[in-house]
Amino acid sequence: MKNKKSATLEDAVGRIQDGATILVGGFGQPGVPEVLIDGVCDLGRRNLTIVTNNAGTGHSGIARLIEEGCVGKLICSFPWAKESFVFKELYDAGKIDLEIVPQGTLSERIRAGGAGLGGFLTPTALGTDLAEGKPIIESDGREWVLEKALRGDFALIKAYKTDPRGNLIYHLTARNFNPVMAMAADFTIAEVQEDVAIDELDPEVIVTPGVFVDTYFVTGWYEIGKERKAS
Amino acid sequence: MSEQNTNLLTRLQIAARAAQDMEDGWLVNLGIGMPTMIPAYIPKDRDVMFHSENGLIGMGPQPAEGEADQDLISAGKELVTMVPGGAIVHHADSFAVARGGRLNCACLGAFQVVANGDLCNWRLPNQKSGSVGGAMDIAAGSKRVFAMMTHTDRDGGAKIVSERTFPLTAMGVVTRIFTDMAVISITADGLVLDEVAPGLTKDEVQAVTDAPLIMDNVGEIAVAA
Repeated sequence: MKNKKSATLEDAVGRIQDGATILVGGFGQPGVPEVLIDGVCDLGRRNLTIVTNNAGTGHSGIARLIEEGCVGKLICSFPWAKESFVFKELYDAGKIDLEIVPQGTLSERIRAGGAGLGGFLTPTALGTDLAEGKPIIESDGREWVLEKALRGDFALIKAYKTDPRGNLIYHLTARNFNPVMAMAADFTIAEVQEDVAIDELDPEVIVTPGVFVDTYFVTGWYEIGKERKAS
Repeated sequence: MSEQNTNLLTRLQIAARAAQDMEDGWLVNLGIGMPTMIPAYIPKDRDVMFHSENGLIGMGPQPAEGEADQDLISAGKELVTMVPGGAIVHHADSFAVARGGRLNCACLGAFQVVANGDLCNWRLPNQKSGSVGGAMDIAAGSKRVFAMMTHTDRDGGAKIVSERTFPLTAMGVVTRIFTDMAVISITADGLVLDEVAPGLTKDEVQAVTDAPLIMDNVGEIAVAA
């Protein structure tokens, strides 16, 4: 049986190239794969399109990736927050593009991408600025916004435990976008707090089956949101 | 005029009034700001569950010292707890709860509410961009939307209007408005003034509301001591 474990951080993220579209888990700080992001920063990749809910907090995680000039475009739902000052500075300087997507539409576009669908019809944003330019479809006597699926070349996700096949379970609200993003990328990389033997996870509670996970890197527990810039 | 008016309700008093409308058995989503003050005022004999968009069904209060978990936060990114019988779901399922009609009520802040129920709360007219978060999905999907806000803006201008001037969040969704002056229901017949704050008259409320109010049966907001 193939073990999906990457021995080093570089083994885990090394195949990511300049210009890639990357789905990155997290809502606020929980669930953000900070160690994998540090790995991408260390590679010095450029012009990445990052799909994630927030625009980074402080100087760690997504904020570090933005601050180090790796990101050309951000697709997110909540860009303007006081903790996302790094993003604001680069956006105001014209160094990063932004696409705002309603949060439920963002998660469903990603879910659709993972489920082999081309898109879906939603009541969200009907009549608003954020539906401008999108097809409006009439069905069942009402109007809907047509939203397209969204996939990544890569997904960087964070989970609590894995087994050697990459079956994942999560921890509390660190789950957030991670399970849907794991499904929607050509190559999914998980960072996990702990890896366990093949029969230790109850099949009934596995959230992400290993079929959606290409490799994982074990980080151990760490305090989220701490600057580790000099890694 | 309004900053001189000592009869205006405080933010806590508005939240306390809105809490009285939360019915036994409801699942409720709370927006950031004033709505997060609601749970403390829910009558103790009612079982009301709170949904947080980041995948939390059964959100509890802030943790006691030493009991926080860095992975358990609210939509406002505050550390929280879970109540017994709560559940964690991923983001797509969390928004299936919202759009799929499982929220009995969403209590949201608002910049402007239109007499037809249009909600405006995600972006100011002079901003080129805003942080939409889950506002559009939750407002579009919830069975009821309660808007909570001051009755007027800082300059005394009406925030309840006949014609929308702010960027739209969701069309025709607001069912009730709780302000520092009044409780107003949005009905097929129009805006119904249900209650006014103690010490205020219905005419004073109408004077700062830019849409006609139906004032046939107006009570007084019960303010807890």
